[in-house]
Amino acid sequence: MTGTYLGMPSFPRAAETSTRDVRLRANLRRATGTIRAKRDRAVAELDDWARLRAAGAAVKDRTLRHLDHYLVQLEESVTRAGGTVHWAADAAEANRIVTGLVLATGEREVVKVKSMATQETGLNGALAAAGIRAYETDLAELIVQLGGDLPSHILVPAIHRNRSEIRDIFRSRMADWGLPAPEGLTDSPADLAEAARLHLREKFLRAKVAVSGANFAVAETGTLVVVESEGNGRMCLTLPETLISVVGIEKVVPTWQDLEIFLQLLPRSSTAERMNPYTSMWTGTTDGDGPRTFHLVLLDNGRTDTLADTIGRRALRCIRCSACLNVCPVYERAGGHAYGSPYPGPIGAVLTPQLRGLASPLEESLPFASTLCGACFEACPVAIDIPEILVHLRERVVEGGPVTVRGTRTVIKPAKRHGTERAVMRAASWAFDHPRALRRGQRLLARTRGLHPRRLPGPGRTWSDSRDLPDIPPESFRDWWDRTRGGTGRAGGTS
Amino acid sequence: MSGDSSRKRILGRVRRALRDVPASEQPADHPVARDYAEKHGERSHAATVGLLAENLADYRALVHRTNAPGLPALLTRLLLERGARRVAVPAGLPAGWLAAAPAELLVDSPALTSHELDSVDSVVTGCALAIAETGTVVLDAGPDQGSRRLTLVPDHHICVVRTGDQVVDSVPQAVRRLSPERPLTWISGPSATSDIELERVEGVHGPRTLEVVLVTGDPREL
Amino acid sequence: MRVGLFVTCVNDTLYPHTGRAAITLLERLGVHVDFPAEQSCCGQPLFNSGYRHRTEPLLRRYATAFRDHDYIVTPSGSCAAMVRDNYPRIAAKAAAEGRDAVVPRAVTEAAARTYELTEFLIDILGVTDVGAYYPHTVTYHPTCHGLRMLGLGDRPRRLLEHVEGLELRELPGAEECCGFGGTFAVKNPAVSAAMGADKARAVTATGAGAVCTVDNSCLLHLGGILAREGSPVRPVHIAEILAGTKDDPAPPLPAPGTTRTARTGGAR
Repeated sequence: MTGTYLGMPSFPRAAETSTRDVRLRANLRRATGTIRAKRDRAVAELDDWARLRAAGAAVKDRTLRHLDHYLVQLEESVTRAGGTVHWAADAAEANRIVTGLVLATGEREVVKVKSMATQETGLNGALAAAGIRAYETDLAELIVQLGGDLPSHILVPAIHRNRSEIRDIFRSRMADWGLPAPEGLTDSPADLAEAARLHLREKFLRAKVAVSGANFAVAETGTLVVVESEGNGRMCLTLPETLISVVGIEKVVPTWQDLEIFLQLLPRSSTAERMNPYTSMWTGTTDGDGPRTFHLVLLDNGRTDTLADTIGRRALRCIRCSACLNVCPVYERAGGHAYGSPYPGPIGAVLTPQLRGLASPLEESLPFASTLCGACFEACPVAIDIPEILVHLRERVVEGGPVTVRGTRTVIKPAKRHGTERAVMRAASWAFDHPRALRRGQRLLARTRGLHPRRLPGPGRTWSDSRDLPDIPPESFRDWWDRTRGGTGRAGGTS
Repeated sequence: MSGDSSRKRILGRVRRALRDVPASEQPADHPVARDYAEKHGERSHAATVGLLAENLADYRALVHRTNAPGLPALLTRLLLERGARRVAVPAGLPAGWLAAAPAELLVDSPALTSHELDSVDSVVTGCALAIAETGTVVLDAGPDQGSRRLTLVPDHHICVVRTGDQVVDSVPQAVRRLSPERPLTWISGPSATSDIELERVEGVHGPRTLEVVLVTGDPREL
Repeated sequence: MRVGLFVTCVNDTLYPHTGRAAITLLERLGVHVDFPAEQSCCGQPLFNSGYRHRTEPLLRRYATAFRDHDYIVTPSGSCAAMVRDNYPRIAAKAAAEGRDAVVPRAVTEAAARTYELTEFLIDILGVTDVGAYYPHTVTYHPTCHGLRMLGLGDRPRRLLEHVEGLELRELPGAEECCGFGGTFAVKNPAVSAAMGADKARAVTATGAGAVCTVDNSCLLHLGGILAREGSPVRPVHIAEILAGTKDDPAPPLPAPGTTRTARTGGAR
């Protein structure tokens, strides 16, 4: 199948299937376990981590609070340096712009560096429809593309595949896309990396057009930054004649100096390295070095709607490091595909429903795809309080409220599917505010304790399918207190 | 829909989204405390160079040390050991560095094709600076470094770092010294991937072997 | 010093012996504890499910019930976190949205006087050896809200390490969530059960007789899975461990399959 996120089932349904996938669970457990331990060591090396993290968050907040100012400044700087800036309000417009730019070069092939923004817009499909073949050059993206699969992790899109699956994909599919896999390819990661090197080299040397994203765009100088490991980024950013970078508007940072913060936070949080192997920085075009033509496509696609929510906008601080995925116990069990978007894991659970709006059962289910354990917040290098945003979005789902959709403020109604729950919560709220009623309930429960089954029928089965119910005590704490110490507390509500 | 109207639309949406931000607030009014460390730990310059060597080696770069007069002999030996017959060099590489190397030199120029570069065995360059805490060398396309692709396509890169004036402690110190007007490439070890089971493998598309020569004294006049 | 026990709705209804153990323990340490009966639920299940507005009466109730107490002590990490972390924010939002029945100042003050039990013992009473005796092997699971929202750190462990007769077993992957997450357990049953099963497996593999936490809500989930899987490990709240002494020991661990109510006679 060819990967698409359309029509994804809601998170609990998708996760029900993926949690049963023993191989997926094993792959994810091993991979995230490895990176968690490494990240802890990489972060512990910097005794000022907390201050760096606070500075990173503050720079992002400053940028977001004055995003119009910085976007205009970025446009001026990039233009001054010889680049051309385009603005795309949504995915379709971004794809239209990029397709037009590629067609104008006369080329029908592009090489691509891993870019979350173009995954979000579904650029490859749009290019294909225009007769342009896009080659993904990041190793994991290549695995995903050859396998007709979807990415399941921000940093390591093929994290759901283990080495022998990757070998099988290379053996069976590389020939369809160019140079076939070498004879006798083994499943050692070094051999697989070598196969990718050979397969992609001729594409790099031939390519006239490249498409990239960017990790940062410096407003003050017009500098773009791509942080990578393999060198495929450098290949794409320097060998072709034309470079088109599609960048979300939240990727702007105010000053050159700000990079000193993010270039410390990002590598240690994402690949758990002191520094990633390659970081490329370019400002417009340079005579005799690199692409002669540079286009920057600034992408909105729901970001301004997210910005309009004063709590939800903090998700726009995200620097796509994926530390939150790697520490998330829900992600580890459910896998990335269950999140139905290029942004899986905790950050996806807050970004996707905001970028797309609470448009379908999938987006409505994502804010609930968390135990609120807080591991993501703790790991986030720009201190995004993901649990707080999750709870905030849950409120929008169950109670409705003001949201912004494609630039227009509107009020959404409570989600239909939560009607029964709303009634239960209303009743619970009333009972909790009426301790006498609560006590009557407790006593009823205690009197009937011999009758309670270990397993519940109906909707209660979601609890008791996997867990025994506790015994109901014969006497609540309240009743015990009254019986043994009655009168020492204040009297309200006791009678 | 014209690009200009989308520009207007997006900026309009941004401004409406930020209604909660007081109109009088300037960007600088939102505080950013830059109280993080300018470098991590107190060290002598020699210890900083030692840390650079250690961190380079930790990410599988091969590290060598020499003094300025010993540089040509060392470079010659490294190229011989590699069996390098064709070596790419930037136009501004001091002539003396490879005077004794028994190799054909290809000098960087816009006329050099990527396929030609793909046929060379090694590339030898200087650098803009090196960062000890992260084990990074930074190239800024200066005359002794050449264009960005020069150090990318060949499989073997030898990078010369002057320990006297090119080694900084930290990322903040590096950022303050570098100019964003130049194309920059930060290199920390040979190319690598962790895309298969998050296990690091050195060597994908960039040079699979990175050798860093830490040289004392000033080799620019060689 | 006037100390009020905030027992929490889960303990009140399902785990009264935990509340009784907390009383036994605090009184043994010379603290006079009082139980204002107007108290109710902290509202966490409502809040975490998105029903913020419905929690507002409960904030007001909490601030009123405990208005005269110097300290509010609760044997629940997650309820303490709800009060300390979320109450001030909820109250501020209510005020900003024009609902002034919740007085932010009163709520914030009450929140600041709220302590999880082990915090109160160590930070306020200044004790780590509470004179407890518990002759069993125990493994300790730090619950998420205690660990990350309250920042309990090693307080519970320090208390457990001073319990005579208690042998503490390390729990591998201790800091990973057990998968309860309140309504998450029923909204995402597959993931919740998978997380719980992994946690239960790690707990059982320690060979301990009991798994201890500062939160019965997590134990409701974890204990339910352990029981379903026939694990010999029993769930036990830290208050019950700390309440037992040589003269007045905690009841013996029930054999697997027997009911927890057999123990309710223990702590007084």
